[in-house]
Amino acid sequence: MTTSELTLPQAEPQAGKKRGPSRRVMGAGKQLHAGPVTYLVLAVFALVSLAPLVWTAIAASRTDHRLAETPPPLWFGGNLFKNMQTAWDEAGLGTAMLNSVIVAGAITISTVLFSTLAGFAFAKLRFRFSGFLLLLTIGTMMIPPQLAVVPLYLWMADLGWSNQLQTVILPTLVTAFGTFFMRQYLVQALPSELIEAARVDGASSIRVVWHVVFPAARPAMAVLGLLTFVFAWNDFLWPIIALNQQNPTVQVALNSLGTGYVPDQAVIMAGAFLGTLPLLIAFILFGKQIVGGIMQGAIKG
Amino acid sequence: MTSPKQALAHPASSAEAAPGSQPGAARGAHGRGTPPPEDKSPWRSRLYRWDMKASPYVFIAPFFVIFGAFSLIPLLYTAWYSLHDVQLSSLDTQTWAGLDNYQNLLSSDFFWNALKNTFTIGVISTVPQLMAAIGLAHLLNYRLRGSTVWRVVMLTPYATSVAAATLVFTLLYSWDGGMVNWLLDFVGIDPINWRESDWGSQFAVSSIVIWRWTGYNALIYLAAMQAIPADLYESAAIDGANRWQQFIHVTVPQLRPTILFTVVVSTIGATQLFGEPLLFGGVSGSKGGSEHQYQTLGLYMYDQGWIIGNLGKASAIAWSMFLILLIVAAINLLVTRRLRKSQ
Repeated sequence: MTTSELTLPQAEPQAGKKRGPSRRVMGAGKQLHAGPVTYLVLAVFALVSLAPLVWTAIAASRTDHRLAETPPPLWFGGNLFKNMQTAWDEAGLGTAMLNSVIVAGAITISTVLFSTLAGFAFAKLRFRFSGFLLLLTIGTMMIPPQLAVVPLYLWMADLGWSNQLQTVILPTLVTAFGTFFMRQYLVQALPSELIEAARVDGASSIRVVWHVVFPAARPAMAVLGLLTFVFAWNDFLWPIIALNQQNPTVQVALNSLGTGYVPDQAVIMAGAFLGTLPLLIAFILFGKQIVGGIMQGAIKG
Repeated sequence: MTSPKQALAHPASSAEAAPGSQPGAARGAHGRGTPPPEDKSPWRSRLYRWDMKASPYVFIAPFFVIFGAFSLIPLLYTAWYSLHDVQLSSLDTQTWAGLDNYQNLLSSDFFWNALKNTFTIGVISTVPQLMAAIGLAHLLNYRLRGSTVWRVVMLTPYATSVAAATLVFTLLYSWDGGMVNWLLDFVGIDPINWRESDWGSQFAVSSIVIWRWTGYNALIYLAAMQAIPADLYESAAIDGANRWQQFIHVTVPQLRPTILFTVVVSTIGATQLFGEPLLFGGVSGSKGGSEHQYQTLGLYMYDQGWIIGNLGKASAIAWSMFLILLIVAAINLLVTRRLRKSQ
């Protein structure tokens, strides 16, 4: 009997069980169908949510001159690709997108991996001070990033790392949020009997992680990956201190645009649009999973 | 592209491929706590025991190493630097300054101004945001056609970065040709100078925060609403409570822990507010407007540290922010205790 055979079937009823109760105890509102007024109010919320993004694309397709006139444009013009080209070349959005993919990709892979390991340890393994260490982990989320940036900046300057991507990757290789998120998931989704069964078979911890923990954690790992990617792509404070327009991430390039690097509002809007596009695509493809992940993290948080 | 999606949609799909392993699980259950098979050599069983003991610490080590190296040690160094004179122009010479940086702060009008702005903007961005989020969550909790689509739509502002959102809103609020003033003109309101006026600029900055986070908080409330037992509503309905009364007397009290959680998270976020006012200010963004009317503590720290070049003072500002957060957290804890006792 190999451990891999043991792992998966157990995860199935468990996952089902986890979802079951929440469906049964839905609040009373859920039982009532929404009336026209509800749809109307929701439509207003939806309009407010989406209009600024649509208008970004409209503004990006116009000229700087036109954007200073009243009334503001309400439909697309013909300059979208020209403005995006300018933003891509002159504002460094091309380099920035590539850098952001590298940075956010590296942070995502490492955060998901290390958070799963730590979350598994907190959820299922017994060790001294585990309760205290978990509390400490949660407590670290309260510390503002501002508390670290001055020394980090001085060290990176000492190392000659100014303006290099590892300066913004290293501090975020694993997060307290990710650790807690995976812990909360694995407490329920990973039956302790499975781990014990694998232990009885003499499986080492690495084998347990590989054959038992990772398969059970996979759905949550995917969701954490999405949430981490969004967070890393949009991270602002430390990147704008550590990097400059010579080697920017998307947010650094947008910051340069905002401070007059290319003083053309239509190009600035094209940059904002381009910089948001990858995440918008991710939301269209995986919106359901991202929504589920935020709601899942919330119940337990 | 499709494989992660499938994995998400059917979390247990691969499980079905390996049926019939129940015996193994049963064996695991009755074999609880037994050591590994005896035919292993003592060396191997010692290795096994060591593995059992050490592995939890190995698994949590990356988090604590990263936290130590990039948060805890820097946090302590920030305290150290806040007691020194550290200039961006001469990083190698750091001279002891005692509490000079802090005294300097306490006697600086800009510091108090930034503190006041952080508080004001924090309140006018958090309170309406959370109230709108509860209302929105209530609506999303109805049985809706295309409920997932509605939820994703409400969350799209969250996909927009602080930088992108602020660039767009700055243009929407602009004096010449701005969308907001044009719309206000329709309802007969004179154009407002969103950049220069005190409350106008603070409202504009707050609106960016509200726009980005309302949907996110609504989803958190929605998750909590769905966990409220239905019989609470049933008994309220039997007692003759209408839907509004049910919302006030059942939903809101049941959401209390979640509301406290979002208040704490939003407070932490509001204390650090930085990107929105920075980019809203355009070219001289770190000043927070011509009269510093929307310069927050986060922005003041960046301005002192990297624009003016006084990293020692910036460190002192960072620690002041932290102390303020700790005080707020302590107050929050007290209020929570009081609320629990009164229940």
